[in-house]
Amino acid sequence: MRPFVYEQPTDISAAVAIASRFTTEDDQPTRANVQFIAGGTNLADYMKLGVAEPNRLVDLNRLKDPGLRQIRVTDDGIRFGALVRMGEAADHAELKRGYPVIADSLRLAASGQIRNMASLAGNVLQRTRCEYFRETSWHCNKRVPGSGCAAMEGFNRQHAVLGGSDACIATYHGDFAQALIALDAVVRAEGSRGARKIPLAKLHRQPRDTPEIETDLAADEIITAIEVPAVPWARRSLYLKIRDRESYAFALASAAVALDLDGDNVREARIALGGVATVPWRAKAAEEALQGKTLDEVSAGAAADAAFAGAEPRQHNAFKIELGKRTLVRALLETRDMKV
Amino acid sequence: MDTAAPRPKENQGQPLPRVDARLKVTGQAHYPADLPTANIAYGALATSSIAKGKVAKLNLDDARAVPGLLDIVTYGDMDTVEKPKFGNSGATSIGPLHDRTIFHDGQIIALAVAETFEAAEEAAQLIRAEYDAETPTASFDSPGAATIPAAGKSPLFKEDVKAGDFDAAYREAAVKIDVRYSTPTQHHNPIELFSTTAFWEGDQLIVHEPSQNVTGWKVELARQLKIDPAKVRIVSPFIGGAFGSKGPMTPRTAIVAVAARRLGRPVRCVTSRMQAFGTQTYRAETRHRIRIGAGKDGRITAFAHEGWEVTSRPDSYVVGGTSATGRMYAYGSVLTHVSLVQADRNTPGYMRSPPETPYVYALENAMDEMAVALGMDPVEFRRINEPKTEPIGKKPFSSRSLIQCYDQAAEAFGWAKRDPKVGAMRDGDWLVGMGCATAIYPTAVAPCAARVRLTVDGDVRLQCGSHEIGTGVRTVAGQMASERLGVSIDRISVEMGDSSLPPAPVSGGSISTASVCSAVLKACDAIRAKLYAGATAEGGPLAGSHNEELDLADGKIVAKGGASAKVEDVLKTMQVGAIEEYAEFAPKGATPEALKKLYAGMPEFHGGEQDEDSVKYAFGAEFVEVRINRYTREIRVPRIVGAFAAGRIMNTRTARSQLMGGMIWGIGQALHEATEVDSRYARYVNRDLQDYLVPVNADIKDLQVILVPEVDHAVNPAGVKGLGELGNVGTAAAVASAVYHATGKRIRDLPIRIEQLLA
Ligand SMILES: Cc1cc2nc3c(=O)[nH]c(=O)nc-3n(C[C@H](O)[C@H](O)[C@H](O)COP(=O)(O)OP(=O)(O)OC[C@H]3O[C@@H](n4cnc5c(N)ncnc54)[C@H](O)[C@@H]3O)c2cc1C
Ligand code: SF4
Repeated sequence: MRPFVYEQPTDISAAVAIASRFTTEDDQPTRANVQFIAGGTNLADYMKLGVAEPNRLVDLNRLKDPGLRQIRVTDDGIRFGALVRMGEAADHAELKRGYPVIADSLRLAASGQIRNMASLAGNVLQRTRCEYFRETSWHCNKRVPGSGCAAMEGFNRQHAVLGGSDACIATYHGDFAQALIALDAVVRAEGSRGARKIPLAKLHRQPRDTPEIETDLAADEIITAIEVPAVPWARRSLYLKIRDRESYAFALASAAVALDLDGDNVREARIALGGVATVPWRAKAAEEALQGKTLDEVSAGAAADAAFAGAEPRQHNAFKIELGKRTLVRALLETRDMKV
Repeated sequence: MDTAAPRPKENQGQPLPRVDARLKVTGQAHYPADLPTANIAYGALATSSIAKGKVAKLNLDDARAVPGLLDIVTYGDMDTVEKPKFGNSGATSIGPLHDRTIFHDGQIIALAVAETFEAAEEAAQLIRAEYDAETPTASFDSPGAATIPAAGKSPLFKEDVKAGDFDAAYREAAVKIDVRYSTPTQHHNPIELFSTTAFWEGDQLIVHEPSQNVTGWKVELARQLKIDPAKVRIVSPFIGGAFGSKGPMTPRTAIVAVAARRLGRPVRCVTSRMQAFGTQTYRAETRHRIRIGAGKDGRITAFAHEGWEVTSRPDSYVVGGTSATGRMYAYGSVLTHVSLVQADRNTPGYMRSPPETPYVYALENAMDEMAVALGMDPVEFRRINEPKTEPIGKKPFSSRSLIQCYDQAAEAFGWAKRDPKVGAMRDGDWLVGMGCATAIYPTAVAPCAARVRLTVDGDVRLQCGSHEIGTGVRTVAGQMASERLGVSIDRISVEMGDSSLPPAPVSGGSISTASVCSAVLKACDAIRAKLYAGATAEGGPLAGSHNEELDLADGKIVAKGGASAKVEDVLKTMQVGAIEEYAEFAPKGATPEALKKLYAGMPEFHGGEQDEDSVKYAFGAEFVEVRINRYTREIRVPRIVGAFAAGRIMNTRTARSQLMGGMIWGIGQALHEATEVDSRYARYVNRDLQDYLVPVNADIKDLQVILVPEVDHAVNPAGVKGLGELGNVGTAAAVASAVYHATGKRIRDLPIRIEQLLA
């Protein structure tokens, strides 16, 4: 780890000001000299490994605005402050009842200790766990643009089958973001060019030929809140996560499913996939395949086929296509059968 | 008594809590890297990012510029010391800083030493090597892999065992199988990281390092540094998990000692978890071909086991588990062959039951396949093939309670309720499968010394240079003294983990309890003899009694007739303040050199298959239930039952804990554990606990350990069979058997993962 300057501003504008003083418009948040830190469970790890090398950290944990630490549930939906810890949100009674997909996605993530440290905004922005990215002696386009991708022909069991490019196939490993996408969430951000709202589905960028660009955020932009509207499909929703062990593992495949049903007929379906894609993946084609249909094993299977129609397997991850489809089928049927 | 402290049955000792339990759970147990050391400097390793070639140039300028940097030890700086030796005490013959050749991924290229840990790490990361790289050989199928016969390549593996005419018997067998299995690379990953702290007091070198072999290391380190072994002291009071990884010393120890000598101050180097994958040892990947032929009655007439094991280029590390699998059942004929496959890898090393884990996995999986081929219940199949003598040397077993283990485990598990039809058992969306397998581990014992002192105040001090690697050896050694001297355990202090104590053998091969307790027993009996002599002497309180009529209990010598004398009073009449005995135990059959070799750090092992009179093994039977989701095929293990017989159980609590830990590890080996090797570069990919999966609490549900009573006086004076490495043998095969029962898919390559069950 390299020495760095550590700042603890107490209000958002001060934090933004520090960030903008030491960055330019072209700086990527993950590559900038100054970076924000919340729980530190992702960033501190990567700093120790030499993957992230900011020389200045802006700690967000002293920011005074109480809204940053609150979960507010109203008739219009939920507003999560950016610094709310994963553990707190996972245990929130109203969330479990009204927005089970969100509570599930957090409960099934990481470990109790990490959930107590990790913030919701940090969770959404967590970086890939690609083994070749994590260890600096490998070639990695995301870490060092243009250096090549060691995973492409290497050991890529964890890697993505959806949304990859010739430059990078790193999986987005988070869980929470899929649940947010399924419920049409938006993030609120504040930067030197003002405040704005970004639909969660537009926040992350697929790697294409610039895998080092991971999100739509500027280097001096802080996520302040995540908002989830009170959509009719929120109640009948769940998050199914399939992994090698029962707990404390990233998804090999996951599905966030939210349904608005009329009997067994699909009025509205929202599907997001995890563990199989380079970004939190909204499976629009699968949603459309279900629209107006009776939800059963056959229609669920057709939706799953549609979801993975464009999948591109590599040497060790080809199984994720079949596993991803089955995960979605199972999630759809379990969501249909939920008692709400 | 509760689950964690099973009620002792015949020939089983009390479930005393560990004597160091409180220290451990309150953080007061000091592991080697925690031992307070003044004025310490910190070392961090720089390691190679290629597996084969030469270091053409090492750029140290950036590292040298780091504030606080004190020194960099690299090529040239080790020239005045000897290269490491591969063997019992040495992990590898590669002296990484002795020449610029790179033999494997993650090889040490320098040690940066600085005022702080952070500065040392930063400097180490800034050391840049330029390589003349060559294409390395990663593993079995890689170009350049060289296959050689293993027999004779290691003192631990002298020959390929065989018996009878396998070819003829196999040809004629009514039912036969010919199957192949594989096990992956595995790294130990104990929670305590590997570390060395070294400092010199004048010409005396003191090393704090987690070690399973302080005496062996003392001698080997002295050899490398060309100093008198009496000038080296290895200190390792607690070890935070070892599993074999801290048995042989790695080249780092001498490098840190040299750094401390250059600086004239203590240097501590804690390796990162990632670096441990290349700088420590590991369980190499293996392959197996098994052929079994049997009559329709299920009697095995022909058994052949061929094994292939990866090793490094310079060192022939062999496990050769065929010596156990070739003796497991009543085979009519046996043929075995073990090969080594040399690749550009670091030298493998001991990992909990090194030979048995992979080889018995293959054998037991094959036994299950054979039972299916015969249409026979797998327990019944093993019962039919239960031997009277072992098939190779036709020697009897000193004791063998395998069938009792099967019966008791089957009963507790509810095996009778299993529907033998594949895929017949279901619970909603979950396919249910049940399987079983045999566990076996050779019972060995080695020479050992111990010093025991009983004072007039009734306190006992026990000293032995063995190692508390988490097994509870401190507790059981204390318990042995407690039983023999009639002193309660809280009056006994046990010192271990220091090469200045009486020497004990390496804590490997599950020999510690047997060897240490036998030495403690001998010392205690010598104390008893002196006490009895004092008590029965003319004018003594029990004058006229004979030794056979006496016993020690609650601080008293008690005679058969009921007369008794306080130990304190006996000592007073003897005019002594303490009796101290230094005992050296040598097992039956030990050579005249045996004790000399113990002091030289090269203890002889006896028992297992080597003794003339009998073969000596501990046995167990494990039953597993798996559940596999109908859609997504993830595998869960809701239940596991293991029954084990291992002679005298010193302490049912610590014994259960060892076996439980083994079974959990076995589940991990079945379903989780594997080091992935990038075959292009011969480099390890998943070098941390994020991707190197082991079971977590949620993976282990209902786990039951049954301790089957067994008496065996032939194994050693203490009557103890080692069981530390028994629990994880067979587990993976039992899981594979259960997976087959649930799905009809026979998975032969570990670990068993979702992708193998999807198709
Ligand atoms: C062993 C392990 C297992 C895990 N398993 C899972 C899992 O199963 N599922 C899962 O979803 N996650 C998992 N995680 C990831 C974990 O959830 C994330 O590390 C965590 O959520 C990150 O939150 P944080 O507050 O600690 O972020 P930090 O590490 O503080 O920050 C992460 C990134 O977000 C940026 N950032 C943080 N807050 C803001 C903000 N308000 N505005 C702008 N930028 C910001 C930082 O600059 C940094 O780039 C695991 C992590 C570990 C270490
Ligand atoms: S997949 Fe992406 S993150 Fe991984 S090595 Fe390739 S470029 Fe780097």
